[in-house]
Amino acid sequence: MTGTVSRQRAAAGLALVLLAVAAIMFPVVFSSPVITNYAIYALIFIAVVTAWNMFSGFSGYISLGQAVFFGSGAYAVGIAARAWHITGVGVFALLPLAAAVGAVIAVPFGLVALRVRRHTFIVITIAVFFIFQLMAYNFAFTGGSVGVAAPFLPWSPTTFNDRFYYLTLGCAVVAVVIAVLVRRARFGLRLRAIRDDEDRARGLGVRTMRVKLAAFVLSATITGLVGGVWFLYLTQVQPPSGFDPLFDLSLVLMAFLGGLGTISGPIIGALIIEPGQLYLTIKYTNGYLSEILLGALFLAIVIFVPRGIVPTTGEWLRRLRTRGRPAVPPVPAAPDPDPARSGLSGGTT
Amino acid sequence: MTALLRTEEVHKAYGDSCTLEVEEGSVAGLIGPNGSGKTTLFNVITGYAKADTGEVYLAGQKITNVTPDRVFALGIGRTFQLTRIFASLTVLENMLVASRRGNAAARKRAMEQLEFVGIAGHHAELAGTLSYGQRKLLELAYVLVADPAVILLDEPAGGVNLSLVNHIAERIRELNAAGKTFLIVEHNMEFVMGLCDRVTVLDSGTVVASGPPGIIRTDHRVLNAYLGEDLDPAEDE
Repeated sequence: MTGTVSRQRAAAGLALVLLAVAAIMFPVVFSSPVITNYAIYALIFIAVVTAWNMFSGFSGYISLGQAVFFGSGAYAVGIAARAWHITGVGVFALLPLAAAVGAVIAVPFGLVALRVRRHTFIVITIAVFFIFQLMAYNFAFTGGSVGVAAPFLPWSPTTFNDRFYYLTLGCAVVAVVIAVLVRRARFGLRLRAIRDDEDRARGLGVRTMRVKLAAFVLSATITGLVGGVWFLYLTQVQPPSGFDPLFDLSLVLMAFLGGLGTISGPIIGALIIEPGQLYLTIKYTNGYLSEILLGALFLAIVIFVPRGIVPTTGEWLRRLRTRGRPAVPPVPAAPDPDPARSGLSGGTT
Repeated sequence: MTALLRTEEVHKAYGDSCTLEVEEGSVAGLIGPNGSGKTTLFNVITGYAKADTGEVYLAGQKITNVTPDRVFALGIGRTFQLTRIFASLTVLENMLVASRRGNAAARKRAMEQLEFVGIAGHHAELAGTLSYGQRKLLELAYVLVADPAVILLDEPAGGVNLSLVNHIAERIRELNAAGKTFLIVEHNMEFVMGLCDRVTVLDSGTVVASGPPGIIRTDHRVLNAYLGEDLDPAEDE
């Protein structure tokens, strides 16, 4: 048994090393800006969907307002750079501000939205999202419908994408590491308990509001930061791109496709959906095709793999491994001094 | 003996007010027909429902309408009539949700409690895969993790087989001998009468009788409450 566990750990470690090498070497092997552009967007979405999953996937509170933090992070960098006359690579020093703006917005947002339970919470996040989109359209400091442009980065066009590739790779790695740490910690355990039965968790001493709010703010912080990176890569932000309703639908789809609440599921979902969506948008002039396919994919997921790729595949592998074995392992024949106990494993269903 | 848990004229929507006392170190039973307000009283004590009027005291400290997490922190743990476990967490993880710490000592204590109730062998399994009886034991175990002063059990013997009923009763006796105080709602009269020091009978939110099991068993008001008719011989005359 211990040998099997050691082998599994060694295999997982080796896979991680290979994955890291492949990720680092990717721009070297695929130097085309078209390809690295796909990779950058995929990494941006890996980071954001991991952050989204850290709150929504673990707690079961599905948020459709993550674009609030993403767009606000982008606008924060643009507005601050313009106001403080920051040019060149100095704008990267504003990325912590993008994260802070995400966190600051998440506190009152969470305090209001998290007072209600799941379905109502979704509606509130949508409402807040549209409030932010309307503010971006109507405030002077956000540049109205024109939006905000990023300062020029004095980088050679041949290395521009590569630099952003490694930056977004760093964001994705940090987001995944934080998600793993959260999931393994008591904090993550309590979030998952809230997902299963929030009232029961309260009855066992979990301060549910505090736990949910902390996860919501953490998720918003990472998303705000990545929004800032996205803005510098795209060099501009406008209300429909910064506060895009499809952004949140894509996140939900990625998480559901891969496996809500798992670590690897949303990553797999992002790797499948984001490049696919980008490809369809570039390839076909009909801008709605990708949206139509997204909707169809969502229906297919709900019907065929409602738990997502990772949990379903895990279940299949378990079944393969245990095929032919009894569903319940036989109880050791050692005598039990307490006759009452002997009834435990039996039919109490 | 002093009252560790006391409700004073608690009123929640239904009927009249309810006053009961649970003495420290005792096993108290709360019985009554369906809809008499037993679970509602549990909900009021543990903060899941707000009392319209009246007070709840724990060791003399007023805890009326305190939130469930605070009630638990103050030392009242409870189980539910229909078991409520965290199905997607493992059995051990279920235990750690209730634990005040997540360190090795907490894990050790959690495993000890699982051993105590008899499901330690299932610690790595998802709680959702447990049988109903095992879920009852898990609920009891994770309430014990935080070492509460009073444990409220809502129908611990409901829907489980006889051997498991005996097993649960034995665990309650052991815990009680170690100083734990219990308030138990149960319809299984044999279980209640064999286990409790004192039984309180509730009807329409009001205490109609209270006393040792031997007396309660023969109290005509209890029969009235359960059968819904007046069997008082005086009225027959």
